[in-house]
Amino acid sequence: MKRVVITGQGVLSPIGNNIDDYYKNLINGVSGVDYITKFDASSMKVKIAGEIKDFKPEDVLTRREIRRSDIVTQYAMVTADEAIKGSELDLENEDSDRIGVIVATGIGGANTWEQQHQVLLNESGDRVSPFFVPMMIINSVSAYVSIKFGLKGPNFSIVSACASSGHAIADAYNQIILDNADVMICGGSEAAITKLCFSGFIALQALSTRNDVPQKASRPFDADRDGFIMAEGAGMLVLESYEHAKKRGANILAEIIGYGYNGDAYHITAPVETGDGAAKCMELAVKRSKKKMEDVQYINAHGTSTKLNDQMETKAIKTAFNDHADNLLISSTKSMTGHLLGATSAIEAIATILAIKNGIVPPTINQEKKDPECDLNYVPNEAIKKDIDFALSNSFGFGGHNVCLAFSKFNG
Amino acid sequence: MSKVFEFVKTLLVENMQIDESKINMDANIIEDLGADSLDIMDIVNDIEKEFNVTIPQDQYENLRTVGDVVNFVEDKLGK
Repeated sequence: MKRVVITGQGVLSPIGNNIDDYYKNLINGVSGVDYITKFDASSMKVKIAGEIKDFKPEDVLTRREIRRSDIVTQYAMVTADEAIKGSELDLENEDSDRIGVIVATGIGGANTWEQQHQVLLNESGDRVSPFFVPMMIINSVSAYVSIKFGLKGPNFSIVSACASSGHAIADAYNQIILDNADVMICGGSEAAITKLCFSGFIALQALSTRNDVPQKASRPFDADRDGFIMAEGAGMLVLESYEHAKKRGANILAEIIGYGYNGDAYHITAPVETGDGAAKCMELAVKRSKKKMEDVQYINAHGTSTKLNDQMETKAIKTAFNDHADNLLISSTKSMTGHLLGATSAIEAIATILAIKNGIVPPTINQEKKDPECDLNYVPNEAIKKDIDFALSNSFGFGGHNVCLAFSKFNG
Repeated sequence: MSKVFEFVKTLLVENMQIDESKINMDANIIEDLGADSLDIMDIVNDIEKEFNVTIPQDQYENLRTVGDVVNFVEDKLGK
């Protein structure tokens, strides 16, 4: 069977607009959560989020590309650019039919939807932009990445709420295993901090209302957690067959050796409380990786900072790992980034790969008060130096979509 | 040059990053300036809004050059 390696990464996150800044802030425990600037949230119950700061699409995109794409697509193109540059792929001399794109988003072009709906209400249907549909449809993220870079391999988008980009990465891995492509650009993007989307999440009572200290609001597994922090950004990976990477002398960051995915078949927003779905999903990922549960050293948790998720995920880890659960390092980097919804799995895959590559496990910040129901080692507040050979990254989406990605050190 | 021409030129420069020196009354919007059908609809949308005129869809195929667009709008405006 083919082996699949990671040779490039790109990120836009509330704690950094490139891999170096993202990594530095991850291991230093820096929060990217702050007051919302994108719209006037002063009268809203929640006033905080993880926004992208100082985004300069013109560094990578032409004015025409910017005008014709939603910001969610711009995030995708900009991170794809960083990932491709980092991989040192020479696109001019590659077989473009063998390079595919699977980029996910949970929500799609929400900004465009809302702007054009205003045009419809305030002006008329005749004034709706011809770019409205191509800008808001979810698959635009994959389409524009392929158009910008001329990539003609397998191309589609995946939607599974907060598991979306995990499914994108797992399915990109499949495309290479199935020999549909040699290289896949994959990941996710999200830009849904709009008044309407935000109001919807507030209505669900899913968000933290800790408005007084934004940097302390995302506190996964802590006893005083009260909801997640909505965030935005994108994460992109270059996956490549080992033969292809070796042939061109690529710098290999890590290897993806398996994944698990399944469904809870339980509820449209709540995870199944026993954690059985998530537990099974982690077991599937380890089994596909041809490893033992005891081989897992680190889990980048879904860890949203909601009451329900963090208890459920703790139970799931105990169910899946039994006694080995106590040996695991588990961190939720959402404590720093907030929850990037459809892009979250991709930026957390990157955090996991960076932990493997550098031998430093990022912390879960804001660990102040222990929750008796959450009693595993969440790497509280400080990063830990540890050589990691095998790690998992969990993501669970509204609707009971579970995905677990399995990464290992590249050992030649 | 006319107000309509100046407006169309600004749209082409600002929205599509077309080199200003290429824009003249004879320039074919698709072939010479690299626009596509979506750009044309977008430009029409902005022109309609700016000058409060309607350009029917069945006219689009007659609007090949910058001059075609400018003349169509000026005729509508009764100049």
